[in-house]
Amino acid sequence: MEPQVIMNHLSYPILSVLIFLPMLGALLILITRRSWELLAKSIALITSIATFILSIPLFTEFDKTTHRMQFAERHSWIPNWNINYFIGVDGISILLVLLSTLTAILCVLISWESITKKVKEFYIAILLTTSFMIGVFCSLDFFLFYLFWEAMLIPMFLIIGVWGGPNRVYAAIKFFLYTLVGSVLMLVGIIVLYLYSGKTFNILDLMTRTYPFSMQLWLFWAFFAAFAVKVPMWPVHTWLPDAHTEAPTAGSVILAAILIKMGAYGFLRFSLPLFPEAAKAMTPVMLTLSVVAIIYGAVICLAQTDLKRLIAYSSVSHMGFVTLGIFALNTQGVEGGILQMINHGVVTGALFLSVGIVYDRTHTRKIADYGGLATVMPVYASFFMVFTLAAIGLPATNGFVGEFLILLGGFTKSKLAGVLASTGIIIGAGYMLWLYQRIFFMEVNPKVSGLPDMNVREALSLIPLLILVLWIGVYPNAFLSYLHVSVSHLLERVSSAGMQEAAAAKAIMEVIR
Amino acid sequence: MNFQIPDLTPMRPELIMTALALLVMLVDLFVRKKEVMAVLSMAGVAIVGISLIGSQGETFGTMFISDGYSTFFKLIFFINVILSILISIKYISIERANFGEYYSLILFSTIGMMIMASAGDLIVLYLGLELMALSTYILAGFIRHDIKSNEAALKYFLLGAFSSGFLLYGISLVYGLTGTTDLKAIATFIHERGLYDNPALLLSIAFLVVAFGFKIAAAPFHMWAPDVYEGAPTSITAFMSVGPKAAGFAVIGRVFLVAFASVKVDWVTILVPISILTMAVGNIVALSQTNIKRMLAYSSVAHAGYALLGIIAANNEGLASMMNYLMIYAFMNLGAFAVIIMLRSEGFKGDSINDYEGLSKTHPWAAALMLIFMFSLTGIPPTAGFIGKLYIFMAAINAGYTWLVIIAVIFSAISAYFYLRIVMYMYMRDPKVSVQLTTSFPQGVVLAVTTAAVLIIGVFPTALVEFAKAAVKGF
Repeated sequence: MEPQVIMNHLSYPILSVLIFLPMLGALLILITRRSWELLAKSIALITSIATFILSIPLFTEFDKTTHRMQFAERHSWIPNWNINYFIGVDGISILLVLLSTLTAILCVLISWESITKKVKEFYIAILLTTSFMIGVFCSLDFFLFYLFWEAMLIPMFLIIGVWGGPNRVYAAIKFFLYTLVGSVLMLVGIIVLYLYSGKTFNILDLMTRTYPFSMQLWLFWAFFAAFAVKVPMWPVHTWLPDAHTEAPTAGSVILAAILIKMGAYGFLRFSLPLFPEAAKAMTPVMLTLSVVAIIYGAVICLAQTDLKRLIAYSSVSHMGFVTLGIFALNTQGVEGGILQMINHGVVTGALFLSVGIVYDRTHTRKIADYGGLATVMPVYASFFMVFTLAAIGLPATNGFVGEFLILLGGFTKSKLAGVLASTGIIIGAGYMLWLYQRIFFMEVNPKVSGLPDMNVREALSLIPLLILVLWIGVYPNAFLSYLHVSVSHLLERVSSAGMQEAAAAKAIMEVIR
Repeated sequence: MNFQIPDLTPMRPELIMTALALLVMLVDLFVRKKEVMAVLSMAGVAIVGISLIGSQGETFGTMFISDGYSTFFKLIFFINVILSILISIKYISIERANFGEYYSLILFSTIGMMIMASAGDLIVLYLGLELMALSTYILAGFIRHDIKSNEAALKYFLLGAFSSGFLLYGISLVYGLTGTTDLKAIATFIHERGLYDNPALLLSIAFLVVAFGFKIAAAPFHMWAPDVYEGAPTSITAFMSVGPKAAGFAVIGRVFLVAFASVKVDWVTILVPISILTMAVGNIVALSQTNIKRMLAYSSVAHAGYALLGIIAANNEGLASMMNYLMIYAFMNLGAFAVIIMLRSEGFKGDSINDYEGLSKTHPWAAALMLIFMFSLTGIPPTAGFIGKLYIFMAAINAGYTWLVIIAVIFSAISAYFYLRIVMYMYMRDPKVSVQLTTSFPQGVVLAVTTAAVLIIGVFPTALVEFAKAAVKGF
């Protein structure tokens, strides 16, 4: 077919299966009896494990030597608007798809006992979210992409609002409205692109065209509205602390691990290749916003008294690193940014899971209510230690590799940005270690004395992430190798933009002379 | 004296419908069981629907036109009337308003709408409009023992009569200028004489905008809507929020794009601020409502604002997107009302938003369906509401109104708040009052049909879009 894609050659349409299997599981749960909660849970668990297993061939069969979209599928869908069901993955999206399928299992596991009301609906919502998330990362058609992007809000809104903490309704509505406002502006941008390019929603096709600079600028900001809210970049991050804090553990994990990655992914997949000149022109702005987010998020963390809120603000800071890396617009920066997306998903996801584990026992998120947990729950404490160190970015953990690459890229682009971003790491070490000290050391708080240590189910939900932390930390190339070709292709596209016009102008000058 | 009977084929559906309405009225005198009338009406409407096939053509000169455009709208009216009757059957006996006239009035009102959609002449248009309006005035006040219903009818009637005055004034000005009431002849006259900047013509356009704006409940002519929607029997509110609005859009489309095609600039200039105001008023005032019928009244104002974008685009694509939107709106709005009407039971009004607290606990299915309709009204994919908005926005941007679409999407994001509030009440609060649902088989049919339509059109809109496109071909 097209030169940019390699059609799926596996024996089953792998991406479609990944998208629709969780949906099917949700439908199955829908028709089960309300009182059979165990059945609903089991269906959710089996579906998510099956999805993960079926996604493994992506990891093993991926061709790392090409930037082309792989495992692609394409079917005509709405012919009168030239909309196709067109999906595929490349080096940028493949790891995120895998992370999504893994996260789904962990979310089901961690909610097993903590969700007691409306159990059936909860697992339906989790599975639907999984489906839509995978859809977002695979879509190669703008209509399909937008469909998944928006549809995800519905189950996520319910997860936060129905099963969340005391202030959940406020958080859910804030989350929904923030993201919706951003998304609808992107929708306008998408329609403008569609009409300008002679009515095509095909993302690959749109990427091969060049757009006038002023148009690129407008569209860049329209898309920025959607992606910046999702990332979330400063100053539109304010929904995140509320949503993260109030959501149930599984909701926080999905938000931290996947949902906010969609914003950064959007920048990489759409903003850079579609509007390269605008992206280059806007680099100073984006770097500034990133650095502000890094430092601001870190400083705010120092003042938090709520465990989940602290981790939420640390996400703002860490995602600042991701956008910094992306807009450094060099290989190290972008690769580091993508890797840091995965890292942050793994580490912050793990931290939220860990917090969920003690929250289920104590039902408090106040840091002051803890203390001395290391003697009460030693196994738990050691798990938490590893994730804390990964969040700080200690060498031999995954956080180090990502942040190192980003800073390398950042320094190359702008020394000032690199220096300022580094201070974020220092403050980061400060608030994380201080947090660890307050929770695990010092005297045993009577409120937590006698708590049982982690059980097997809880340990099982953390072990995969622990493995990833060390795996990426020690041998990052296992994952970076997926990125190389796609990233260099992307950067080629960005750096060559504007060159063609310059070359044409030069040629004309030659002729005149 | 050479009198020739004109070709009646194009009017066949209207004629059958009239006979049906009269028959229902007559049967009412002999049959005590009023459900018979409901069944008879629906069977009749189905026959009328079939008679639409092959009725294309013009008759009475060009006063009456049956084309793809009118057929599409008539289909909306038929869906509207059948679904409204289905949700009425149980409801009006609870309201103790179970009289046979109810059904014949609904049918008469629908005939009015059909005539409006087919009107090729301002006089025919007026006839249809009055037939529709007079029948709905009565229907709005159908719960005679309820003072709110009486108020609704009176208010609707007085303001409606006022707007009819504007319409007649506008028509007479046009007639005075051009010497004809035929839409095509008006267009030719304006074009040939170059009446582009004629102040009297502009004044008449303004009058027509007022009159039609009243029918579609566009701000600032929407004042009647909240009170009437709240007071009228819920089944009639549902009927009114779809039918007369669609009929209003049908005449706006035909009058402005046929008769005033050459003065596009003028009426677009009037409609742009009206559409912005309509979206603003509808969406912002809806935020503070505590009665769900009032809230949906403002929401219906807002939706008129979105649909106006299709008219403002002023081309066939715009018209098609507007028609597509109204069809989708019919399904999602009737679906929402079908849920609302279930909450009304003996001795319980169930129209306050507070009554929805904890509905997901007590009645999970009803809550889930309401959730779908609310998200569809917001315009979140994968529901039909998204497709409707997308098409409208595409048409408007294609016609060069990107800035207007940006305003529209921001208002549609604002609208999420009040639709979500219902979802929030249903799913995130605990029930305070025990709500008893009134369920019946016809009710179930309506919910099944509307839900299926909202979800199927949301994912596979091809057929509907293709139909809308074909309907405006050669308009």
